Amino acid sequence: MAKKEYSFYPGCSSQKGASGSNYQVSVDAMCETLDIQLNHIPDWNCCAASIGYAGGGELPRLALSARNMALSEQAHPDQDIVATCAACWLATRETKERLNDDEELMKETNEALAAAGLEVKANKKVRHMVEVLIEDLGYEELGKHVKKPLEGIKIAGYVGCQTNRPFGIHGESFENPVYLDKLTETMGAESLPNYEKKVQCCGGALAFSEPEKSQDLVKGIIEAAYDGGADMIVTPCPVCQMNVEVYQDQINARHGTKFKMPVVYYSQLMAVAYGSSAKEAGLDGNIIKAKQLEDIAGK
Amino acid sequence: MSANVQAIESYRNSFLKEVEANVEEGDWVKMCMQCGVCSGSCPLGPYWEHPPQEIFMLIRAGKREEVLKSSSMWMCTSCYNCIARCPRELPITHIMHGLATYAERLGMAPKNQPTRKFALKFWDNLTKKGRVNELKLGVSLYFMNGFVEGIKTALKAMPLGMNMYKTKRLNPMEYFGGHGVKDTSGLKAILKKAEEIELAKLKKTDA
Repeated sequence: MAKKEYSFYPGCSSQKGASGSNYQVSVDAMCETLDIQLNHIPDWNCCAASIGYAGGGELPRLALSARNMALSEQAHPDQDIVATCAACWLATRETKERLNDDEELMKETNEALAAAGLEVKANKKVRHMVEVLIEDLGYEELGKHVKKPLEGIKIAGYVGCQTNRPFGIHGESFENPVYLDKLTETMGAESLPNYEKKVQCCGGALAFSEPEKSQDLVKGIIEAAYDGGADMIVTPCPVCQMNVEVYQDQINARHGTKFKMPVVYYSQLMAVAYGSSAKEAGLDGNIIKAKQLEDIAGK
Repeated sequence: MSANVQAIESYRNSFLKEVEANVEEGDWVKMCMQCGVCSGSCPLGPYWEHPPQEIFMLIRAGKREEVLKSSSMWMCTSCYNCIARCPRELPITHIMHGLATYAERLGMAPKNQPTRKFALKFWDNLTKKGRVNELKLGVSLYFMNGFVEGIKTALKAMPLGMNMYKTKRLNPMEYFGGHGVKDTSGLKAILKKAEEIELAKLKKTDA
């Protein structure tokens, strides 16, 4: 297959020293194997991630994503925009659709962008990395690169909210998406098709402001994975990953549970299966170590 | 305006009209058919003072203060479950965000609501340099209920912070600068202009 190029929106959490930096590390390893080139949108900004609404009105929030699209149109005119973060993808795609649907909003957005000499057409596809994998490469191609099948690992596919609703991955259902299970099996691991919390919300940004309410949701997500016999949870979203992984100590302290469930990204599974080292797969970024993946990576 | 349209307009209460004019996606409110699927689908449903279905009815009943002063819409986690399931396809998530924005603009949002405070800090944080500074956001969050409370919260969060630090997912140096866009002045000019355009469009209300 020829090299595929995309206009890439990495997002705040992907940056060095940020909460999803190991996601980015594993995406880079995965893309190298798959001959995918991610061209970073120059000088991209934050998307406001569904929680900017107290300080930012509708137009200022849309203008943030519109600025990213405008910069992408200038720098990579022929490439789809691709995001790895669920919130980045959602905000950008939502902005694109709303600008396309509403002439007045498009006019006002461009009036705002003109303050920095920019103009947006919003005519590019805005896609999640998972869509690129499934639609542009396909499971068969993804499976061809597996050097070390993830045998003997049972993985609960936690899809979460924002990669699933309101857009979702084309052809998948909102209530019972199966693409993570298919990806997991393509990498040689066992999936958990009846994982009932696969689209349960983790609390999102409210993990910070309403920690107990959010942690109650996370508790259910982890319990269901244990109930299904899972060794680890896999997710496509940096907020899901963080919320489900990092509060397990606090949940244990409050509820007397003994959770120690690794939570990894799909790209980490793929990087390990494709033969990357633990470090290249960003496994050193996991607080709860995914020991079985480390062992396979170390073989 | 025809006499008939005028007559209809006079029947409609002014708060619904205010929401339609001034709240993001507010013109959808009248379309709610009160089935309650949104309220039943919300992950934090039990914690809403008035779940979305009730908010829509309160708006139509003209209960301006009950709606705008409510902590309800600040419970939205932006999971989009309500949008995915609403039989009439109301953009409920956006209406909740829009009501929160509007209540905040009018100074009616509950001052100590934690998600309101966090959302304000998030916006300040991201607009300062164009990208989120996770460390400063975290620290400001700990101290949002005052200094003494902040020290307690920060101590409680220490093990988590250390875990993030040890796995290189939190960088203490972010406190002194950190990530940002190069064209901060351009970004700020865009946001300022966008806000100007939006505020100029807000319709004055009698209330």
